Amino acid sequence: MHARQHSAALARSVAPLADASADPLAPSHPRFVRVTHWLTTIATIALMISGVELIVSHPRFYWGEVGNVNTTPLFSLPIPSSRALVPTGYGYTLPDQNGWSRSLHFQSAWLVIFAGLVYIVVGGTAGHFTRRLVPARQDRTWRALRASIAEHRYGQSDIPHRPGIYNVLQRIAYLGVLFVLFPLVIWTGLAMSPGFAAVVPWSVTILGGHQSARTLHFTSIIALVLFVAVHVLMIARAGFRRLMLAMISGTPELRP
Amino acid sequence: MNHITRRSLLAGGATAAVAALGVAVTSAGRRFGLVPPDAEGVFAPGNTLSYAAHRLFGRNALAREFPRSMIAAKPFANEISAPTEAFARHRAEHFAKWTLDVRGLVDTPVPLSLDTLRGMETRSQITAVTCEEGWSYIAEWTGTPLSAVLQACGIRPSAKYVVYYAADGWYDSIDIDEAMHTQTLVTWGMNGSALPVAFGGPLRMRVPRQLGYKSVKFIERLLVTDSVADLKLSTNARSYAWYSGI
Repeated sequence: MHARQHSAALARSVAPLADASADPLAPSHPRFVRVTHWLTTIATIALMISGVELIVSHPRFYWGEVGNVNTTPLFSLPIPSSRALVPTGYGYTLPDQNGWSRSLHFQSAWLVIFAGLVYIVVGGTAGHFTRRLVPARQDRTWRALRASIAEHRYGQSDIPHRPGIYNVLQRIAYLGVLFVLFPLVIWTGLAMSPGFAAVVPWSVTILGGHQSARTLHFTSIIALVLFVAVHVLMIARAGFRRLMLAMISGTPELRP
Repeated sequence: MNHITRRSLLAGGATAAVAALGVAVTSAGRRFGLVPPDAEGVFAPGNTLSYAAHRLFGRNALAREFPRSMIAAKPFANEISAPTEAFARHRAEHFAKWTLDVRGLVDTPVPLSLDTLRGMETRSQITAVTCEEGWSYIAEWTGTPLSAVLQACGIRPSAKYVVYYAADGWYDSIDIDEAMHTQTLVTWGMNGSALPVAFGGPLRMRVPRQLGYKSVKFIERLLVTDSVADLKLSTNARSYAWYSGI
Protein backbone atom coordinates (compact mmCIF):
# COMPACT_ATOMS: atom_id res chain seq x y z
CA MET A 1 0.00 0.00 0.00
CA HIS A 2 2.76 2.27 1.04
CA ALA A 3 4.59 1.70 -2.22
CA ARG A 4 1.43 2.25 -4.24
CA GLN A 5 0.88 5.62 -2.62
CA HIS A 6 4.45 6.54 -3.36
CA SER A 7 4.19 5.53 -6.98
CA ALA A 8 1.05 7.56 -7.40
CA ALA A 9 2.80 10.55 -5.91
CA LEU A 10 5.74 9.86 -8.15
CA ALA A 11 3.61 9.64 -11.26
CA ARG A 12 2.16 13.03 -10.45
CA SER A 13 5.50 14.55 -9.67
CA VAL A 14 7.25 13.39 -12.84
CA ALA A 15 6.23 15.92 -15.43
CA PRO A 16 5.80 14.47 -18.91
CA LEU A 17 8.41 15.49 -21.43
CA ALA A 18 7.81 18.81 -23.09
CA ASP A 19 7.79 17.37 -26.60
CA ALA A 20 5.58 14.43 -25.64
CA SER A 21 2.96 16.63 -24.00
CA ALA A 22 2.98 19.21 -26.78
CA ASP A 23 2.36 16.66 -29.50
CA PRO A 24 0.61 13.41 -28.61
CA LEU A 25 1.91 11.90 -31.85
CA ALA A 26 5.55 12.74 -31.15
CA PRO A 27 7.67 9.60 -31.49
CA SER A 28 8.38 7.90 -28.22
CA HIS A 29 11.98 7.24 -29.18
CA PRO A 30 13.92 9.71 -31.31
CA ARG A 31 15.22 8.32 -34.59
CA PHE A 32 18.89 8.40 -33.53
CA VAL A 33 18.04 6.29 -30.47
CA ARG A 34 16.15 3.73 -32.56
CA VAL A 35 18.84 3.47 -35.25
CA THR A 36 21.77 3.21 -32.83
CA HIS A 37 19.81 0.86 -30.54
CA TRP A 38 19.25 -1.70 -33.30
CA LEU A 39 22.73 -1.32 -34.80
CA THR A 40 24.17 -1.99 -31.35
CA THR A 41 21.77 -4.91 -30.87
CA ILE A 42 22.87 -6.53 -34.15
CA ALA A 43 26.54 -5.92 -33.35
CA THR A 44 26.14 -7.24 -29.81
CA ILE A 45 24.53 -10.45 -31.03
CA ALA A 46 27.45 -10.92 -33.47
CA LEU A 47 29.93 -10.11 -30.68
CA MET A 48 28.31 -12.66 -28.37
CA ILE A 49 28.29 -15.46 -30.98
CA SER A 50 31.90 -14.84 -32.01
CA GLY A 51 32.90 -14.24 -28.38
CA VAL A 52 31.65 -17.68 -27.37
CA GLU A 53 33.70 -19.20 -30.21
CA LEU A 54 36.80 -17.32 -29.03
CA ILE A 55 36.35 -18.39 -25.41
CA VAL A 56 36.03 -22.02 -26.49
CA SER A 57 39.63 -21.95 -27.75
CA HIS A 58 40.83 -21.26 -24.20
CA PRO A 59 38.09 -21.43 -21.57
CA ARG A 60 40.50 -20.57 -18.75
CA PHE A 61 40.82 -17.13 -17.19
CA TYR A 62 43.81 -15.69 -15.34
CA TRP A 63 44.80 -12.61 -13.38
CA GLY A 64 47.89 -10.53 -14.08
CA GLU A 65 50.03 -10.20 -17.17
CA VAL A 66 50.33 -13.79 -18.36
CA GLY A 67 48.52 -17.10 -18.17
CA ASN A 68 48.61 -20.40 -20.03
CA VAL A 69 48.04 -24.10 -19.36
CA ASN A 70 51.27 -24.17 -17.32
CA THR A 71 49.92 -21.59 -14.86
CA THR A 72 47.04 -21.69 -12.41
CA PRO A 73 43.82 -20.14 -13.69
CA LEU A 74 41.67 -17.78 -11.66
CA PHE A 75 38.71 -19.81 -12.89
CA SER A 76 37.87 -22.14 -15.77
CA LEU A 77 34.59 -22.65 -17.55
CA PRO A 78 33.38 -26.27 -17.45
CA ILE A 79 33.14 -26.52 -21.23
CA PRO A 80 35.10 -28.40 -23.90
CA SER A 81 37.76 -26.57 -25.89
CA SER A 82 38.60 -26.22 -29.59
CA ARG A 83 42.28 -26.78 -28.76
CA ALA A 84 43.69 -30.20 -27.90
CA LEU A 85 46.34 -28.87 -25.49
CA VAL A 86 43.83 -27.23 -23.13
CA PRO A 87 42.99 -29.64 -20.29
CA THR A 88 39.20 -29.54 -20.00
CA GLY A 89 38.31 -33.04 -18.79
CA TYR A 90 36.42 -33.69 -22.01
CA GLY A 91 37.67 -36.44 -24.28
CA TYR A 92 37.07 -34.48 -27.47
CA THR A 93 38.06 -31.23 -29.15
CA LEU A 94 35.63 -28.84 -30.81
CA PRO A 95 36.34 -27.47 -34.33
CA ASP A 96 38.42 -24.28 -34.55
CA GLN A 97 36.19 -21.37 -35.61
CA ASN A 98 38.46 -18.53 -34.53
CA GLY A 99 39.30 -17.19 -37.99
CA TRP A 100 35.89 -15.81 -38.94
CA SER A 101 34.99 -15.33 -35.28
CA ARG A 102 37.86 -12.92 -34.75
CA SER A 103 37.04 -10.95 -37.92
CA LEU A 104 33.33 -10.83 -37.07
CA HIS A 105 34.14 -9.82 -33.49
CA PHE A 106 36.29 -6.84 -34.48
CA GLN A 107 34.04 -5.71 -37.33
CA SER A 108 31.08 -5.75 -34.94
CA ALA A 109 33.14 -3.88 -32.34
CA TRP A 110 33.78 -1.16 -34.91
CA LEU A 111 30.03 -0.98 -35.53
CA VAL A 112 29.42 -0.55 -31.78
CA ILE A 113 32.01 2.22 -31.67
CA PHE A 114 30.49 4.09 -34.63
CA ALA A 115 26.94 3.66 -33.32
CA GLY A 116 28.15 4.80 -29.89
CA LEU A 117 29.80 7.91 -31.34
CA VAL A 118 26.66 8.85 -33.26
CA TYR A 119 24.57 8.25 -30.14
CA ILE A 120 26.82 10.37 -27.93
CA VAL A 121 27.20 13.24 -30.40
CA VAL A 122 23.53 13.42 -31.43
CA GLY A 123 22.25 12.67 -27.93
CA GLY A 124 24.59 15.21 -26.40
CA THR A 125 23.61 18.02 -28.75
CA ALA A 126 19.90 17.14 -28.43
CA GLY A 127 20.09 17.20 -24.64
CA HIS A 128 18.83 13.63 -24.63
CA PHE A 129 20.94 12.50 -21.69
CA THR A 130 20.07 15.33 -19.33
CA ARG A 131 16.36 15.30 -20.22
CA ARG A 132 15.65 11.59 -20.48
CA LEU A 133 18.42 9.67 -18.77
CA VAL A 134 19.77 11.59 -15.79
CA PRO A 135 17.23 10.95 -12.99
CA ALA A 136 14.89 13.88 -12.44
CA ARG A 137 15.73 16.03 -9.41
CA GLN A 138 12.85 14.68 -7.32
CA ASP A 139 13.95 11.11 -8.13
CA ARG A 140 17.43 11.55 -6.74
CA THR A 141 16.51 10.31 -3.27
CA TRP A 142 16.71 6.91 -1.60
CA ARG A 143 13.00 7.13 -0.98
CA ALA A 144 12.20 7.54 -4.70
CA LEU A 145 14.60 4.74 -5.53
CA ARG A 146 13.01 2.42 -2.95
CA ALA A 147 9.55 3.27 -4.28
CA SER A 148 10.62 2.46 -7.82
CA ILE A 149 12.18 -0.82 -6.72
CA ALA A 150 8.94 -1.73 -4.90
CA GLU A 151 7.00 -1.07 -8.10
CA HIS A 152 9.16 -3.57 -9.97
CA ARG A 153 8.99 -6.35 -7.39
CA TYR A 154 8.52 -9.81 -8.81
CA GLY A 155 4.86 -10.81 -8.54
CA GLN A 156 3.60 -7.35 -9.27
CA SER A 157 0.82 -7.89 -11.82
CA ASP A 158 1.88 -5.12 -14.14
CA ILE A 159 4.88 -2.85 -13.96
CA PRO A 160 4.22 0.87 -14.02
CA HIS A 161 5.31 1.80 -17.53
CA ARG A 162 4.85 5.46 -18.38
CA PRO A 163 5.11 5.99 -22.15
CA GLY A 164 7.84 8.41 -23.09
CA ILE A 165 9.33 8.55 -19.61
CA TYR A 166 12.00 6.27 -18.21
CA ASN A 167 11.62 5.64 -14.49
CA VAL A 168 14.53 6.16 -12.14
CA LEU A 169 15.65 2.50 -12.20
CA GLN A 170 15.64 2.46 -15.99
CA ARG A 171 17.63 5.68 -16.06
CA ILE A 172 20.27 4.34 -13.68
CA ALA A 173 20.47 1.04 -15.57
CA TYR A 174 20.72 2.71 -18.99
CA LEU A 175 23.31 5.24 -17.81
CA GLY A 176 25.33 2.44 -16.24
CA VAL A 177 25.23 0.29 -19.36
CA LEU A 178 25.91 3.18 -21.76
CA PHE A 179 28.56 5.08 -19.86
CA VAL A 180 30.17 2.45 -17.62
CA LEU A 181 29.66 -1.05 -18.99
CA PHE A 182 30.09 -0.42 -22.73
CA PRO A 183 33.22 1.75 -22.23
CA LEU A 184 34.65 -0.93 -19.90
CA VAL A 185 33.94 -3.68 -22.43
CA ILE A 186 35.55 -1.65 -25.24
CA TRP A 187 38.55 -0.68 -23.12
CA THR A 188 39.25 -4.21 -21.86
CA GLY A 189 38.82 -5.49 -25.41
CA LEU A 190 41.27 -2.97 -26.82
CA ALA A 191 43.72 -3.67 -23.98
CA MET A 192 44.04 -7.26 -25.25
CA SER A 193 45.34 -6.05 -28.61
CA PRO A 194 49.16 -6.14 -28.70
CA GLY A 195 49.19 -3.30 -31.25
CA PHE A 196 46.93 -1.10 -29.10
CA ALA A 197 48.94 -1.98 -25.99
CA ALA A 198 52.09 -0.81 -27.80
CA VAL A 199 50.51 2.62 -28.35
CA VAL A 200 48.78 2.96 -24.97
CA PRO A 201 50.68 0.67 -22.57
CA TRP A 202 49.11 2.13 -19.41
CA SER A 203 45.69 1.02 -20.61
CA VAL A 204 46.82 -2.55 -19.89
CA THR A 205 48.98 -2.01 -16.82
CA ILE A 206 46.30 -0.18 -14.81
CA LEU A 207 43.96 -3.11 -15.42
CA GLY A 208 46.55 -5.45 -13.90
CA GLY A 209 47.93 -6.87 -17.16
CA HIS A 210 46.89 -8.55 -20.38
CA GLN A 211 45.20 -11.55 -18.73
CA SER A 212 43.39 -9.30 -16.22
CA ALA A 213 42.04 -7.33 -19.19
CA ARG A 214 40.78 -10.57 -20.75
CA THR A 215 39.14 -11.68 -17.50
CA LEU A 216 37.54 -8.26 -16.96
CA HIS A 217 36.34 -8.29 -20.59
CA PHE A 218 34.59 -11.60 -19.92
CA THR A 219 33.09 -10.59 -16.55
CA SER A 220 31.80 -7.26 -17.87
CA ILE A 221 30.16 -9.16 -20.74
CA ILE A 222 28.41 -11.34 -18.17
CA ALA A 223 27.10 -8.15 -16.56
CA LEU A 224 25.93 -6.98 -19.99
CA VAL A 225 24.17 -10.29 -20.64
CA LEU A 226 22.39 -9.98 -17.28
CA PHE A 227 21.30 -6.47 -18.23
CA VAL A 228 19.96 -7.66 -21.58
CA ALA A 229 18.05 -10.48 -19.86
CA VAL A 230 16.38 -8.08 -17.42
CA HIS A 231 15.83 -5.50 -20.18
CA VAL A 232 14.01 -8.01 -22.41
CA LEU A 233 12.05 -9.42 -19.46
CA MET A 234 10.86 -5.94 -18.45
CA ILE A 235 9.81 -5.17 -22.02
CA ALA A 236 7.88 -8.44 -22.11
CA ARG A 237 6.13 -7.53 -18.87
CA ALA A 238 5.31 -3.99 -19.94
CA GLY A 239 3.92 -5.06 -23.33
CA PHE A 240 6.36 -6.64 -25.74
CA ARG A 241 4.60 -5.84 -29.02
CA ARG A 242 3.82 -2.24 -28.12
CA LEU A 243 7.31 -1.44 -26.88
CA MET A 244 9.03 -3.21 -29.76
CA LEU A 245 6.93 -1.21 -32.23
CA ALA A 246 7.85 1.98 -30.39
CA MET A 247 11.56 1.17 -30.66
CA ILE A 248 11.32 0.04 -34.29
CA SER A 249 9.01 2.53 -35.97
CA GLY A 250 8.98 5.28 -33.39
CA THR A 251 5.20 5.33 -33.30
CA PRO A 252 4.03 6.81 -30.05
CA GLU A 253 3.21 4.26 -27.42
CA LEU A 254 -0.48 4.18 -26.68
CA ARG A 255 -1.63 3.54 -23.20
CA PRO A 256 -2.90 -0.03 -22.91
CA MET B 1 5.15 14.78 -57.21
CA ASN B 2 7.69 17.50 -57.23
CA HIS B 3 8.48 16.72 -53.62
CA ILE B 4 9.09 13.03 -54.31
CA THR B 5 11.31 13.82 -57.28
CA ARG B 6 13.38 16.20 -55.20
CA ARG B 7 13.63 13.66 -52.42
CA SER B 8 14.71 10.85 -54.76
CA LEU B 9 17.17 13.22 -56.39
CA LEU B 10 18.61 14.08 -53.00
CA ALA B 11 18.76 10.43 -51.99
CA GLY B 12 20.48 9.54 -55.28
CA GLY B 13 22.91 12.40 -54.83
CA ALA B 14 23.68 11.35 -51.27
CA THR B 15 24.25 7.73 -52.33
CA ALA B 16 26.57 8.85 -55.13
CA ALA B 17 28.43 11.13 -52.72
CA VAL B 18 28.89 8.32 -50.18
CA ALA B 19 30.08 5.96 -52.95
CA ALA B 20 32.53 8.58 -54.25
CA LEU B 21 33.75 9.23 -50.72
CA GLY B 22 34.24 5.49 -50.23
CA VAL B 23 36.29 5.21 -53.42
CA ALA B 24 38.34 8.30 -52.49
CA VAL B 25 39.00 7.05 -48.96
CA THR B 26 40.00 3.59 -50.22
CA SER B 27 42.40 4.92 -52.85
CA ALA B 28 43.93 7.40 -50.38
CA GLY B 29 44.16 4.57 -47.86
CA ARG B 30 46.01 2.37 -50.36
CA ARG B 31 48.36 5.20 -51.16
CA PHE B 32 49.29 5.69 -47.50
CA GLY B 33 49.52 1.98 -46.75
CA LEU B 34 46.34 1.81 -44.70
CA VAL B 35 44.61 -1.02 -46.55
CA PRO B 36 45.71 -4.58 -45.71
CA PRO B 37 46.27 -6.95 -48.65
CA ASP B 38 43.38 -9.16 -47.50
CA ALA B 39 40.85 -6.31 -47.65
CA GLU B 40 38.24 -8.23 -49.54
CA GLY B 41 35.05 -10.05 -48.78
CA VAL B 42 32.58 -9.49 -46.01
CA PHE B 43 35.20 -8.61 -43.37
CA ALA B 44 37.08 -6.07 -45.50
CA PRO B 45 35.67 -3.05 -43.60
CA GLY B 46 36.62 -4.37 -40.14
CA ASN B 47 40.04 -5.68 -41.17
CA THR B 48 40.82 -2.40 -42.94
CA LEU B 49 39.66 -0.22 -40.04
CA SER B 50 41.78 -2.13 -37.54
CA TYR B 51 44.87 -2.09 -39.75
CA ALA B 52 44.44 1.58 -40.70
CA ALA B 53 43.93 2.64 -37.07
CA HIS B 54 47.07 0.81 -35.97
CA ARG B 55 49.14 2.18 -38.84
CA LEU B 56 47.85 5.73 -38.29
CA PHE B 57 48.35 5.85 -34.54
CA GLY B 58 51.09 3.33 -33.86
CA ARG B 59 53.32 2.83 -36.87
CA ASN B 60 56.46 3.08 -34.72
CA ALA B 61 55.02 2.23 -31.31
CA LEU B 62 57.03 -0.27 -29.29
CA ALA B 63 55.57 -3.50 -27.96
CA ARG B 64 55.64 -3.63 -24.17
CA GLU B 65 58.86 -5.01 -22.69
CA PHE B 66 58.94 -6.51 -19.22
CA PRO B 67 61.38 -6.80 -16.30
CA ARG B 68 63.51 -9.92 -16.09
CA SER B 69 61.53 -11.04 -13.02
CA MET B 70 58.48 -11.61 -15.23
CA ILE B 71 60.13 -14.20 -17.49
CA ALA B 72 58.04 -17.39 -17.31
CA ALA B 73 59.61 -20.22 -15.33
CA LYS B 74 57.73 -22.68 -17.51
CA PRO B 75 56.86 -21.13 -20.87
CA PHE B 76 54.15 -22.89 -22.84
CA ALA B 77 55.37 -24.65 -25.96
CA ASN B 78 52.44 -24.82 -28.33
CA GLU B 79 51.91 -27.69 -30.76
CA ILE B 80 54.43 -27.93 -33.60
CA SER B 81 54.27 -29.88 -36.83
CA ALA B 82 55.97 -33.25 -36.96
CA PRO B 83 59.56 -32.61 -38.13
CA THR B 84 60.40 -33.48 -41.72
CA GLU B 85 63.32 -35.78 -42.54
CA ALA B 86 65.41 -32.80 -43.60
CA PHE B 87 64.64 -31.02 -40.34
CA ALA B 88 65.61 -34.09 -38.32
CA ARG B 89 68.95 -34.18 -40.21
CA HIS B 90 69.56 -30.49 -39.46
CA ARG B 91 68.74 -31.12 -35.84
CA ALA B 92 71.22 -34.02 -35.64
CA GLU B 93 73.87 -31.64 -37.01
CA HIS B 94 72.91 -29.04 -34.39
CA PHE B 95 71.68 -26.83 -37.24
CA ALA B 96 75.28 -26.20 -38.42
CA LYS B 97 74.08 -26.10 -42.05
CA TRP B 98 70.80 -24.22 -41.43
CA THR B 99 70.57 -21.10 -43.54
CA LEU B 100 68.21 -18.22 -44.03
CA ASP B 101 67.83 -17.51 -47.75
CA VAL B 102 66.95 -13.93 -48.56
CA ARG B 103 65.43 -13.42 -51.99
CA GLY B 104 63.35 -10.95 -53.93
CA LEU B 105 63.85 -7.20 -53.89
CA VAL B 106 67.38 -7.20 -52.47
CA ASP B 107 70.72 -6.42 -54.15
CA THR B 108 72.61 -9.40 -52.70
CA PRO B 109 70.29 -12.39 -52.35
CA VAL B 110 72.52 -14.60 -50.20
CA PRO B 111 71.89 -17.43 -47.76
CA LEU B 112 72.86 -16.45 -44.21
CA SER B 113 74.15 -19.10 -41.81
CA LEU B 114 73.23 -19.07 -38.15
CA ASP B 115 76.82 -18.03 -37.31
CA THR B 116 76.60 -15.12 -39.75
CA LEU B 117 73.32 -14.03 -38.18
CA ARG B 118 74.77 -14.29 -34.65
CA GLY B 119 77.71 -12.14 -35.76
CA MET B 120 75.42 -9.33 -36.89
CA GLU B 121 73.66 -6.68 -34.85
CA THR B 122 71.99 -8.37 -31.87
CA ARG B 123 69.01 -7.36 -29.85
CA SER B 124 67.52 -8.96 -26.72
CA GLN B 125 64.04 -8.12 -25.57
CA ILE B 126 61.69 -9.44 -22.91
CA THR B 127 58.29 -9.55 -24.59
CA ALA B 128 55.11 -11.56 -24.37
CA VAL B 129 53.95 -14.17 -26.83
CA THR B 130 50.22 -13.51 -26.99
CA CYS B 131 48.20 -16.20 -28.71
CA GLU B 132 44.93 -15.42 -30.43
CA GLU B 133 43.47 -18.29 -28.38
CA GLY B 134 43.88 -16.22 -25.22
CA TRP B 135 46.99 -17.48 -23.44
CA SER B 136 50.32 -15.71 -23.12
CA TYR B 137 53.79 -16.01 -21.59
CA ILE B 138 56.86 -13.81 -21.30
CA ALA B 139 60.38 -14.76 -22.37
CA GLU B 140 63.60 -13.09 -23.32
CA TRP B 141 64.16 -13.31 -27.05
CA THR B 142 67.54 -12.70 -28.65
CA GLY B 143 68.16 -12.31 -32.33
CA THR B 144 69.09 -10.17 -35.27
CA PRO B 145 66.63 -7.40 -36.08
CA LEU B 146 64.98 -8.26 -39.40
CA SER B 147 65.80 -4.68 -40.47
CA ALA B 148 69.53 -5.42 -40.06
CA VAL B 149 69.21 -8.60 -42.15
CA LEU B 150 67.33 -6.75 -44.87
CA GLN B 151 69.78 -3.84 -44.91
CA ALA B 152 72.75 -6.22 -45.04
CA CYS B 153 71.19 -7.77 -48.13
CA GLY B 154 70.59 -4.38 -49.73
CA ILE B 155 66.80 -4.08 -49.53
CA ARG B 156 65.41 -2.02 -52.42
CA PRO B 157 63.14 1.00 -51.89
CA SER B 158 60.35 -0.70 -53.84
CA ALA B 159 60.00 -3.37 -51.10
CA LYS B 160 56.59 -3.33 -49.43
CA TYR B 161 56.23 -6.77 -47.81
CA VAL B 162 58.40 -9.51 -46.40
CA VAL B 163 57.18 -13.09 -46.70
CA TYR B 164 58.83 -15.65 -44.40
CA TYR B 165 58.75 -19.37 -45.09
CA ALA B 166 59.23 -22.13 -42.54
CA ALA B 167 60.70 -25.60 -42.88
CA ASP B 168 57.34 -27.17 -42.00
CA GLY B 169 55.52 -25.52 -44.90
CA TRP B 170 54.09 -22.70 -42.79
CA TYR B 171 54.57 -19.15 -44.02
CA ASP B 172 53.31 -15.66 -43.36
CA SER B 173 53.99 -12.08 -44.38
CA ILE B 174 54.24 -8.62 -42.82
CA ASP B 175 54.31 -5.12 -44.23
CA ILE B 176 57.54 -3.17 -44.51
CA ASP B 177 56.75 -1.08 -41.39
CA GLU B 178 56.54 -4.22 -39.29
CA ALA B 179 59.59 -5.72 -41.05
CA MET B 180 61.77 -2.64 -40.36
CA HIS B 181 60.46 -2.21 -36.79
CA THR B 182 63.22 -2.45 -34.15
CA GLN B 183 61.47 -5.24 -32.26
CA THR B 184 60.89 -7.55 -35.21
CA LEU B 185 63.59 -10.13 -34.64
CA VAL B 186 65.02 -13.05 -36.58
CA THR B 187 65.26 -14.87 -33.27
CA TRP B 188 67.89 -17.50 -32.47
CA GLY B 189 68.09 -17.25 -28.67
CA MET B 190 65.62 -17.61 -25.84
CA ASN B 191 66.20 -16.95 -22.13
CA GLY B 192 69.98 -16.88 -22.57
CA SER B 193 70.44 -20.09 -24.61
CA ALA B 194 69.89 -21.26 -28.17
CA LEU B 195 66.24 -21.13 -29.21
CA PRO B 196 64.80 -24.60 -28.44
CA VAL B 197 63.04 -26.44 -31.26
CA ALA B 198 59.81 -26.52 -29.21
CA PHE B 199 59.77 -22.73 -29.36
CA GLY B 200 60.69 -22.46 -33.02
CA GLY B 201 64.45 -23.07 -33.10
CA PRO B 202 66.79 -22.69 -34.74
CA LEU B 203 65.18 -19.54 -36.21
CA ARG B 204 61.86 -17.94 -35.45
CA MET B 205 60.39 -14.69 -36.69
CA ARG B 206 59.28 -12.78 -33.60
CA VAL B 207 56.72 -10.05 -34.32
CA PRO B 208 55.80 -8.92 -30.78
CA ARG B 209 53.34 -6.23 -31.88
CA GLN B 210 51.15 -8.89 -33.43
CA LEU B 211 49.60 -12.10 -32.13
CA GLY B 212 51.56 -15.32 -31.90
CA TYR B 213 50.48 -16.73 -35.24
CA LYS B 214 52.63 -14.14 -37.04
CA SER B 215 55.70 -15.37 -35.10
CA VAL B 216 56.39 -18.30 -37.42
CA LYS B 217 58.78 -21.04 -36.26
CA PHE B 218 61.64 -22.76 -38.17
CA ILE B 219 62.06 -20.02 -40.79
CA GLU B 220 64.52 -20.72 -43.60
CA ARG B 221 63.61 -18.29 -46.39
CA LEU B 222 62.64 -14.63 -46.74
CA LEU B 223 61.04 -13.15 -49.83
CA VAL B 224 61.14 -9.38 -50.12
CA THR B 225 58.37 -8.21 -52.45
CA ASP B 226 56.32 -5.21 -53.48
CA SER B 227 53.05 -7.12 -53.54
CA VAL B 228 51.55 -10.11 -51.83
CA ALA B 229 48.48 -10.04 -54.05
CA ASP B 230 49.66 -12.86 -56.31
CA LEU B 231 51.00 -14.97 -53.43
CA LYS B 232 48.94 -16.57 -50.79
CA LEU B 233 49.26 -14.16 -47.87
CA SER B 234 49.85 -16.72 -45.19
CA THR B 235 49.03 -20.28 -44.28
CA ASN B 236 46.16 -18.83 -42.30
CA ALA B 237 44.93 -16.56 -45.08
CA ARG B 238 41.74 -18.39 -45.83
CA SER B 239 40.35 -17.82 -42.37
CA TYR B 240 42.51 -15.64 -40.15
CA ALA B 241 43.04 -11.93 -40.73
CA TRP B 242 46.40 -11.06 -42.28
CA TYR B 243 47.03 -8.24 -39.81
CA SER B 244 46.98 -9.57 -36.26
CA GLY B 245 47.97 -6.57 -34.15
CA ILE B 246 44.50 -6.81 -32.68
